[in-house]
Amino acid sequence: MNQRIITDLSRLPLHGSGTASLTWWGTLAFMLIEGMGFALAIGSYLYLVSVAAEWPPGGVPPDPLWGTAVTAVFVISIVPNLLLSRWAGEEDLRKVRIGIVLMSVLGLVPLALRVFEFSALNMSWDSNAYGSITWLLLGLHTTHLVTDVADTFVLAAVMFTRHGDNKRRYGDVQDNALYWNFVTLTWLPVYACLYGIPRL
Amino acid sequence: MTAALKDRDLRDTALEEKLLHARLAHTWRTPPGLIGFFTTVDHKRIAVRYIITAFAFLFLGGILAMLMRWQLSRPEAGLIGPDLYNQIFTIHGSTMMFLFAVPVMEAVGVLLVPLMLGTRNIAFPRLNAFSYWIYLAGGLVLWVAFVLDMGPDVGWFAYVPLSGPQYSPGKRVDIWAQMITFTEIAALAISVEIVVTVLKQRAPGMRLDRIPLFVWASFVTSLVVILAMPAIVLASTMLILDRLVGTHFYNPSEGGDALLWQHLFWFFGHPEVYIIFLPATGMISSMLPTFVRRPVFGYLALVLAMVSIGLLSFGLWVHHMFTTGLPRVGESFFTASSMAIAVPAGVQIFCWLATIWLGRPVWRVPFLFILAFFFTFVLGGLTGVMVASVPLDTQVHDTYFVVAHFHYVLVGGAVFPLLAAITYWFPKMTGRMMSERLGRWSVALLFLGFNFTFFPMHILGLQGMPRRIYTYQMDLPWGGMNLFVSLCSIALALGFALFAFNAIRSTRSGEAAGDNPWGAATLEWATSSPPPPYNFARIPVVSSANPIWDQGQSLPVASGLSVNRRELLVTTTADAEPEVRETSPGNSIWPFLSAIATTIMLVGSIFTPWAVVWGSIPVAIGLIGWFWPRGTPEDDS
Repeated sequence: MNQRIITDLSRLPLHGSGTASLTWWGTLAFMLIEGMGFALAIGSYLYLVSVAAEWPPGGVPPDPLWGTAVTAVFVISIVPNLLLSRWAGEEDLRKVRIGIVLMSVLGLVPLALRVFEFSALNMSWDSNAYGSITWLLLGLHTTHLVTDVADTFVLAAVMFTRHGDNKRRYGDVQDNALYWNFVTLTWLPVYACLYGIPRL
Repeated sequence: MTAALKDRDLRDTALEEKLLHARLAHTWRTPPGLIGFFTTVDHKRIAVRYIITAFAFLFLGGILAMLMRWQLSRPEAGLIGPDLYNQIFTIHGSTMMFLFAVPVMEAVGVLLVPLMLGTRNIAFPRLNAFSYWIYLAGGLVLWVAFVLDMGPDVGWFAYVPLSGPQYSPGKRVDIWAQMITFTEIAALAISVEIVVTVLKQRAPGMRLDRIPLFVWASFVTSLVVILAMPAIVLASTMLILDRLVGTHFYNPSEGGDALLWQHLFWFFGHPEVYIIFLPATGMISSMLPTFVRRPVFGYLALVLAMVSIGLLSFGLWVHHMFTTGLPRVGESFFTASSMAIAVPAGVQIFCWLATIWLGRPVWRVPFLFILAFFFTFVLGGLTGVMVASVPLDTQVHDTYFVVAHFHYVLVGGAVFPLLAAITYWFPKMTGRMMSERLGRWSVALLFLGFNFTFFPMHILGLQGMPRRIYTYQMDLPWGGMNLFVSLCSIALALGFALFAFNAIRSTRSGEAAGDNPWGAATLEWATSSPPPPYNFARIPVVSSANPIWDQGQSLPVASGLSVNRRELLVTTTADAEPEVRETSPGNSIWPFLSAIATTIMLVGSIFTPWAVVWGSIPVAIGLIGWFWPRGTPEDDS
């Protein structure tokens, strides 16, 4: 088919951030998938509550100490995370390097606390359905946590190479920060479920 | 000039036409041979591969169907024993749903969405390559297990407690559950790609009301996949955990619940039907105007119908569970919602009828398939409204009536449009046309063979013949009709075989197609057949829903993209105004390696939970290799 040129695109920027970035939308789509996974897992938890005579069976709810500590770390981590995202937006390499190292370390803290949290559940996954769904919810969230922390470490390593100072990498840092917010936000209903419902 | 050609930011404006094509072909090429085979990220190559694989699974599943028909053709036949029969109908259903229908619909989307949108590659092309390898691995896992007599034998929806640890020891169900994981990963990956491609990579000017209807269908379908598939991933994970590490999600004696499986399965399983059906409706809406020589009637109504089908599909799942003793108010609600979905489906049918009524039909093979679709799908839809009512459903539940119903909906509603689509878009895959004469024969064989095979099953079901029986006794009055069904299924099988023969022969020696052999209106016909690796030398600019028809002799295009790196255009979500010149990732072996690592982890997890821990290390290495920047022009800004 014949063509006639009616517009010129050469002045467009070479990389966009936020809604102009494909990876931002991709991250959002993956968050939708995983958010649906969390919603359905919580739905299954409530379903099992609805068919149970007693919740938890045996009456010993999980010890909230470690779970609450994890929650506190998550909530606090939002501040440096948002700062990191802002620095990435400003393309300030030095600050981004500091921020991403901080977030890598901060990611390890809830992971370490998780070990204690699992042992404070007072229930094994194979004791009964309550134990199974409790471990599943905590396990599902921990999987996201591990993935995000690993991702943050790799990204931190990239930021210290010659590839770091690049719009595309700053975009990756912002998307990674967005994903950390997602990991934090999904934790809150899971936390309410695991520690709240057995006490109702 | 040579120095200028090396300039990373060399633009298309600096080159004359011939040199431009050569440079773009070089930048977007797939290396020849095996290296190219394993590293390509070209959406067209991956889509064609996906489609061929899906059809291979269709034929394997078809062979199983013929074996079942052979066994059922007379009472107390001894061809297949009960254990093998259970495996055969499970593998048949699982193959057709998870390895054929969903993947092939997604694959056609991967092929056409970027072409129809006027972009150069799908978003996240490496994820696309990864998706194919994972899908292939999942299919192989199921079929290798079947050949080794380890095939799952619990039906395609694997109800607990039958599929639980107590009643299904061994590895058969674990194979099924992990096959699900493979195919869900593959489908979710494609859905993310399609959603982002549709939102951000449309040609300039392609506002929401100018998007081709097949693209709308793919977009809505992808959102349905994104919201529905997590349910089956969760359900099958819980099943595997119950079987492998002793959890009790589905074990009533420890506080679990068998119906939880059915809720989660059908929360996915019912939208699944629309995941298969919606793309088919999009194909019809996109093909029909070409064969009646006028734009589609009721564009907005069709879009809204697709969106409402997508939404309503989440409110129907309980109609698969009417015989489980749920509260009556729940049953009433789901009866109402199941009947409600007939409204948007009807809107689509009437829009298409109006399109045909107002147009001048051209009786070519794709159009004949569409007519076959109308007749068959409407019948399936009618029995659908019937089984949506609780008393009737209770009567025919688990009988051949249901088998007839869903084959009418799926084969009539999805396979006929798909075969139309393959015939219609064949030039964009091969550069050639399929034989019209053989095509007419296959339409006739498929249409008659299908209806004569499946219509009597309604009656068998009403006479009480249950699904999933490997044989029946002499004194039951089903023998004659079963023999009739089995004989007619040969015609159906011949129809498929003829279609395959036609496709294979036309790939080699079909008539050369040219850019736009059907005289169609959408952008995929504005480039060559098959399209070059970069799809469009210059990005088309759109000002109507039928750009080729409305633009006259010359297509308006945009210039200014780089030719020395893979560059495409990102536009705004609503109005498709140019926003960014973005790069598109190049060929890479890492998606293939990551898929192998994922396969090892998932297959290993059937045998030990530690496979998840140790297996995740190679997966992580694969992903790091995939994402680590290499300093290529595509990685730089």
